[in-house]
Amino acid sequence: MNLAIITNEYPLYLEGLWTTIYLVSFSLLLGLFIAIPAGILQSSENRAIRGAIWIYMYFFRGTPLLIQLFIIYYGSAQFDFLRESWLWDYFQDAWFCALLALTLNTGAYTAEIVRGVIGTVPQGELEAAKAYGMSRWKMLHRIILPNSLRRALPAYSNEVIFMIHGSAIAGIVTIVDITGAARVVNARYYAPFEAYLAAALLYMCLTFSVIFIFRQWEKRYLQH
Amino acid sequence: MTIPTLSIRNLHKSFANHEVLKGIDLDAHKGDVISILGASGSGKSTLLRCVNLLETPTSGDIWVNGELIQMKQDKKRGAIPVSSKQVERIRSRLAMVFQGFNLWSHMTVIENVIEAPVHVLAVPKKEAIAKAEAILQRVGLYEKKDYFPGQLSGGQQQRVAIARALAVEPDVMLFDEPTSALDPELVGEVLNVMHGLADEGRTMLVVTHEMSFARDVSSKVLFLHQGLVEEEGKPEIVFKNPSSERFKKFISSVY
Repeated sequence: MNLAIITNEYPLYLEGLWTTIYLVSFSLLLGLFIAIPAGILQSSENRAIRGAIWIYMYFFRGTPLLIQLFIIYYGSAQFDFLRESWLWDYFQDAWFCALLALTLNTGAYTAEIVRGVIGTVPQGELEAAKAYGMSRWKMLHRIILPNSLRRALPAYSNEVIFMIHGSAIAGIVTIVDITGAARVVNARYYAPFEAYLAAALLYMCLTFSVIFIFRQWEKRYLQH
Repeated sequence: MTIPTLSIRNLHKSFANHEVLKGIDLDAHKGDVISILGASGSGKSTLLRCVNLLETPTSGDIWVNGELIQMKQDKKRGAIPVSSKQVERIRSRLAMVFQGFNLWSHMTVIENVIEAPVHVLAVPKKEAIAKAEAILQRVGLYEKKDYFPGQLSGGQQQRVAIARALAVEPDVMLFDEPTSALDPELVGEVLNVMHGLADEGRTMLVVTHEMSFARDVSSKVLFLHQGLVEEEGKPEIVFKNPSSERFKKFISSVY
């Protein structure tokens, strides 16, 4: 084993680490903007809305992330209307496609988490909100969401970890994330063990940091 | 003659085929403390919950400060309020204290008390905090203001709930069996606070099983039986000389 490979190439790994952090954080954030409304609207009275969300969630939860990325990145090229529109600038960019796939994927999984916890607000607390004159919108953002989303933390920490690991697929479509960096190093030295071991250690560090951060949040927000 | 703070006429409420309220009339003037008594199933909680439309009456009229709550008939859902805005506005003037406290568990005591003033009535936050602190002093829980409801005893939680009600300066306070979920030794602290409120002239509707409160504190007693008012009047009269056999039996069984 030649550890010098890892120490020599650490700038590349560092760049990969930042790319992974950046890609995952950005898609998690965007995913929340999909997941929270989708999770809430799952109990909408409008069947068309419910149906659309159902299809979205079951497609992205029912298929592998890698396939979703391939469909978006390679598949989009065969639609002429897309190639001729301004959107093509985005769809030919691996970065954009990876971000889109990760966002839609985490959006679907997180929507399911949100749907699960939203029903757990005690009925009496909702009644109190009504009795004090809150509108439905006010109840949602003052009582229902802050009361229930904290209970989503344990499940959501898992989702974040899956996303960190899932983001490794970005390395396949030319992005130099942690996995991408490892592929480059492996190609240079033909030392797969060292190259991927370094990547594994970086993913582990990230995962443990996430677990630690969520522990702190859970201590703070789930104390009662 | 002054307009009653709360006025109810010919109120009916049915759940599916079961008629719980069969035509209730009630007037509450400013400063009235009305105890609503009755066996379980008599409809007393339903009556209270109809006042702020937590239950939608099947028919009948409710006026708050002379303003009629507008209702209309919907083909699917039966009677529904015309305007949710009006309902929200009227609710914001009627504060309710629940049997199960129903404090918002993700907020501290002080946050619970300022929530409705700040986010429903648009009182500036600083002002609301100052007032909430004064109210918490009064119910004896100022020291607990940064605790979460789950860290308090039942009696303390119910006093916070009363503080939350007071903070909106309600026209009428609605109490739905406020001591029924409490351990016997905690009932007294809540009743004391309620006694104080009655003394300072608050308008209160109290559904209760506490005979001593009904007899000594309230200005009027309403006894419901199977959805109708069976007996009503000043406590010193109805407790001494009940005109209804059922009420006579009821008080002797509870004492």
